[in-house]
Amino acid sequence: MTAHTTHGHDEAEHHLIPLGVYFRVFWALMAFLVLTLFAAYFNLGALNLPIALGIAAAKALIVVLYFMHVKFSSRLVMVFAGSGIVWLVILFVLTLSDYVSRPWLPVPGAGG
Amino acid sequence: MVSEAHPGLSHEVGAAGPHTGGHGDGHAGALQHQFDDIAQQRESNSLGMWLFLATEVMMFGGLFFAYSLFRWKFDAAFHEASLHQNVALGTVNTFILLFSSLTMALAVHAAGSKKTGRLLAFLAITWLMGLGFLIVKAFEWGHDLHIGLIPGVNWSYYDDPHHLEELLSKNIGVHEVKMFWTIYFCMTGLHAIHMVVGLLVVGGTMIYAAKGAFLNGNDQPVEIVGLYWHLVDIIWIFLFPLLYLIAGFHPERFLGGGGH
Repeated sequence: MTAHTTHGHDEAEHHLIPLGVYFRVFWALMAFLVLTLFAAYFNLGALNLPIALGIAAAKALIVVLYFMHVKFSSRLVMVFAGSGIVWLVILFVLTLSDYVSRPWLPVPGAGG
Repeated sequence: MVSEAHPGLSHEVGAAGPHTGGHGDGHAGALQHQFDDIAQQRESNSLGMWLFLATEVMMFGGLFFAYSLFRWKFDAAFHEASLHQNVALGTVNTFILLFSSLTMALAVHAAGSKKTGRLLAFLAITWLMGLGFLIVKAFEWGHDLHIGLIPGVNWSYYDDPHHLEELLSKNIGVHEVKMFWTIYFCMTGLHAIHMVVGLLVVGGTMIYAAKGAFLNGNDQPVEIVGLYWHLVDIIWIFLFPLLYLIAGFHPERFLGGGGH
C-alpha cells in the first residue's frame, strides 16, 4: 500500500466508522432534544436563549464530527468545514455592529 | 489505455485493471485521471462539498441574521407570535430529521461496505423521513393558512379586532408580529425547498444504487449526498428552538397546537 504522504489521513475508504458510534451519537441527539424541551420549560429570562442555542450547537457539533465524518478527516477538511462558521461570524459581527452603533451619532437613521 | 504523464498507471475509468498506485482494495475503477491517487480524489471531493456547504451556511446565515435583528428589536412581538406555533409538531419534525440523519449515516456506511441491499433500505427510510417532515410542515402551514397567518396569501389573522386588541394590550405593534411570520415562512420555506432537493437527490441515489453504481469502490457520492442531508438537518436543529421555543415549553399547551 502506498504511503499517503501529502493528503493526510482520510477515513471511511480505508476503514469504516464502527456502527456503534452512529447509534451513540443518535442517542446523544435524542438526549439533547429532551434537554432542549426541559430547559425551555423553565423561565430563566435572558438565559433561555443562550442555553437553547448552546444545546443546538452541541447537536450540530456531534452531527458535524461524527455523522459528517469531520472528526476522522484531514486537517484541511476540518478547516473547510469550519470556514462557513467563520464567515457567518463575520456577517453577524459586522452587520450587527452597524445596527447597534446607529444611535451613537446624531445623524439621519440614528433611530436604529 | 496508458497515459503518457503517468507511465505504468492505467486510468481507464470503470476498468478493474492493475493500479500501480498500490490500492489493492478494489478502488481501481473509481480513480479519475486528474488525481494522483484515490485518497487525493476523496479529499478533493470532500473539500469541494464543504465549500458548497459553507455557501449554504451563508445563505441561511443571512436569514438567521434577519431573525436575530428583529427578535432583538421586537422581542415581545416575537414572544407573542411564537405562541401560535405548534410545538408538538415542531418537536416531531426535529425527531424525524435527527433520525433521518442516523439512517443517512448508516446508508453511507452501507455504501462503504458495498452492501447494496442495506444501502437501499437506509436511503429509503431517509427518504420517507424527509417526506414525513414535509407532510408535517404542510399540515402546519395549512393550519396557518386557515387562520390567516400567511404573508401575502392569507394575512387576515390580524385584521380581526379581537386579535389586534390582544396585541395593543401588550403594547405590541401589528407590523412587529407580522415580521415574525414573514421571517418564519422565509426560513422554513427555504428549508423546505432544501428538503425537496434532498428528496430528489436521495431518490436519484437510490436509483443509481439499485443499478449497482457504488460497488466498484466509488462510494463517495453517497457520502456527499449525506453531507448535504446532514446540513439540512443542522439548519433545522437551529430553526426549532428559535422559531418554536421563544416562549418556552409549556406541556399543557403541547398537544393543543398552540393558540388559535
